[in-house]
Amino acid sequence: MSGRLSWSISLMLLPAVAFFVVFALGPMIAAVYISLLDWNGISTPHWVGFGNWAKAFTDSVTLHSIFLTVQVMVLSWIVQTPISLLLGVFLAGRQRYRALLGVFYFLPLLFSAVAIGLIWASSMLSANGALNSLLQAIGASSLTNDWLGNPNIALYAVIAVIAWQFIPFHTLLYQAGTRQIPQVLYEAARIDGAGTLQQFFYITLPQLKYTVVTSTILMLTGSLTYFDVIYVMTGGGPGYATRTLPLQMYITAFQDAQIGYGSAIAVILAVVGVLLSLIMIRLTGFGRMESQAEGL
Amino acid sequence: MKKLTRRDFLAAGGTASVAALAAGCSFGTGQQKAAGSGGSKSVTIWDISTGDQQKLIKNTVARFDSTHKDISVSVQFFQNDPYKNKLRTAMGAGNPPDIFFGWGGGILKSYVDAGKVYALPQGSIDTNKFFPSVMRPVTFNGKVYGVPMLGTQPVLFYYNKEIFGKYNLKPPKTWSELLSIVKTLSQKGITPISLAGQNKWPDLMYEEYLVNRIGGPKPFQNVLDKKPKAWSDPAFIKANTMIQQLVSMKAFPSNFASLNYDTGQSTQLLYTGKAAMQLMGAWDYQAILSNAPQFIKSGKLGWFPFPKVEGGKGNPQNVAGNLTNYYSVTQASKAKKAAVTFLSKGIMNDYEINGLIKIGLVPPVKGIQSKLKQQKDSDWLLFVYDLAQNAPYYDLSWDQALPARAAQALLTNLDLLFLKKITPQQFSKNMNKAMGL
Repeated sequence: MSGRLSWSISLMLLPAVAFFVVFALGPMIAAVYISLLDWNGISTPHWVGFGNWAKAFTDSVTLHSIFLTVQVMVLSWIVQTPISLLLGVFLAGRQRYRALLGVFYFLPLLFSAVAIGLIWASSMLSANGALNSLLQAIGASSLTNDWLGNPNIALYAVIAVIAWQFIPFHTLLYQAGTRQIPQVLYEAARIDGAGTLQQFFYITLPQLKYTVVTSTILMLTGSLTYFDVIYVMTGGGPGYATRTLPLQMYITAFQDAQIGYGSAIAVILAVVGVLLSLIMIRLTGFGRMESQAEGL
Repeated sequence: MKKLTRRDFLAAGGTASVAALAAGCSFGTGQQKAAGSGGSKSVTIWDISTGDQQKLIKNTVARFDSTHKDISVSVQFFQNDPYKNKLRTAMGAGNPPDIFFGWGGGILKSYVDAGKVYALPQGSIDTNKFFPSVMRPVTFNGKVYGVPMLGTQPVLFYYNKEIFGKYNLKPPKTWSELLSIVKTLSQKGITPISLAGQNKWPDLMYEEYLVNRIGGPKPFQNVLDKKPKAWSDPAFIKANTMIQQLVSMKAFPSNFASLNYDTGQSTQLLYTGKAAMQLMGAWDYQAILSNAPQFIKSGKLGWFPFPKVEGGKGNPQNVAGNLTNYYSVTQASKAKKAAVTFLSKGIMNDYEINGLIKIGLVPPVKGIQSKLKQQKDSDWLLFVYDLAQNAPYYDLSWDQALPARAAQALLTNLDLLFLKKITPQQFSKNMNKAMGL
């Protein structure tokens, strides 16, 4: 096929493009416009230019929520990547018991985020929840804590639950990636006398490079949008301890009724997300998409 | 303003609310009058009542509908949080219902300021039959913008009579008596006062009462009037110091910051005997009645008003809480006259008043003591009635009295105060800053 779109094909694209403009592009442009207004949603809006934007970069609560978001992003990557990588590689084997185990590992993927948040908050992490009971049962009563009520711990509890929710997904990615690696590489390595560890570090890991990149982009941009689980578990509290940027956006726009300011935060979130994936693609050479199976 | 639904969540059976939360369900009742009766005479109501209240409102509306040939009234019910967003959007977009449910105070005022609410014509509503205090949050510049339509819900202390009896304690009349009870109970290993800190608004009840008892209504009125540095009033500093003292004395459960009222966690501590008291609105009575009826029937539930603070300027009979809920007419309504007719004749008539009393609510209507006396729960109903009626000053819950953005800042800063993450002085500074005072 030639590079140009034929008339008939362009015509077929039209509905999709129209939907995109009306439901994606339109609201985005509207959000940028609203971010320039002081508006509570009902009264006559006032034009404030970049007032909301200036506020976003000086308001200590918003700055704090940006810091929290970065913290969630980095910690989520550090926790989730090694675990899902190892699980994925392990599950890529073909034995039947692994398939069975796989089903259990993937269970969290099947639950809705709200259900996950409610269950963890009410039965696991509450003061008389399962975690504290377990700690008491094994004689570690001194470690029991009010996990979601303690401002110094709540964020880590939230990050742990998010990891529990998303590790299955990334495990799935790594499992698929591992299964794509040509078996000849391992056969050759075994003939040369390489052990399991060597095979892992010299074949599996380098071959999974792009899977790591994909998974990382999804994790980092995903961290910008974690909302439901945190909202259900802590509502951003105690105090401001878990009020990440998406929560700050929601609370500002809909609970504080500052729609203009909330829109400015929403636009910042969107821009950061796009920039982040662009930078990742640039830095890792992901865009070039060269083959890893050269010479095979 | 979330309190009403919280209670109703419990009445409806707690966790069922999760499904409803996701669905944001709405459904209509009331039949359409035959076409030709005139579109301008059809009145739509948006409401958020659930359970018994919803049934009562449906019946009240249906009753009015069937006795008024020329007016057709229908009511739609929504979940609390989706409702607030839906109403705001509909008001902004200019397609709101004719009558909407509300709480009075700051939120209603923001709608009034935006020209979205219809001022009820003078004389169209008999406002004299209500407690004067409940008309205050719907009256702006001498004009009335809403009519009471549910029970009044002052905040008071509930206590476990069995625990009090066991340790020979009496309901406290003063703050220092309360403190000595707290001391006694914590020595015996019983949590003195249950507190649902995760919801934050239960923290606010202490703030409202203490500030009012110490400084009277003036300090908070200064905040509402946007006086400079209004939050730095000594009454706030003293109240917040007393709150932190209470926290230091371990008056509250060690995990109070994650206790949730919606799921009944804090009230449960009271009726299971793990905590001796809880400061809560009058709606908690229904919650206990539906979750632990035996606790009330066996006479273990007691109640007393918030104690007075020695040396305080405020009248110890002042109360705080949810005054009531209101119906208001929108400016955009095409059937304002019919809507006003409904507000004056359709609600708070004998039928609805009797219905409210029957489900354990106290309408803010003068002269109904004799009706209350005939009820099974008459001692409770009369206590609430007297508390609300005799109050020289009835403080509307501050999260409803303030505009939305100030209310959120207040709740978050109270959260930090109770966690001792900030000092009383920092609290005042933060709130002055948040409100630009």
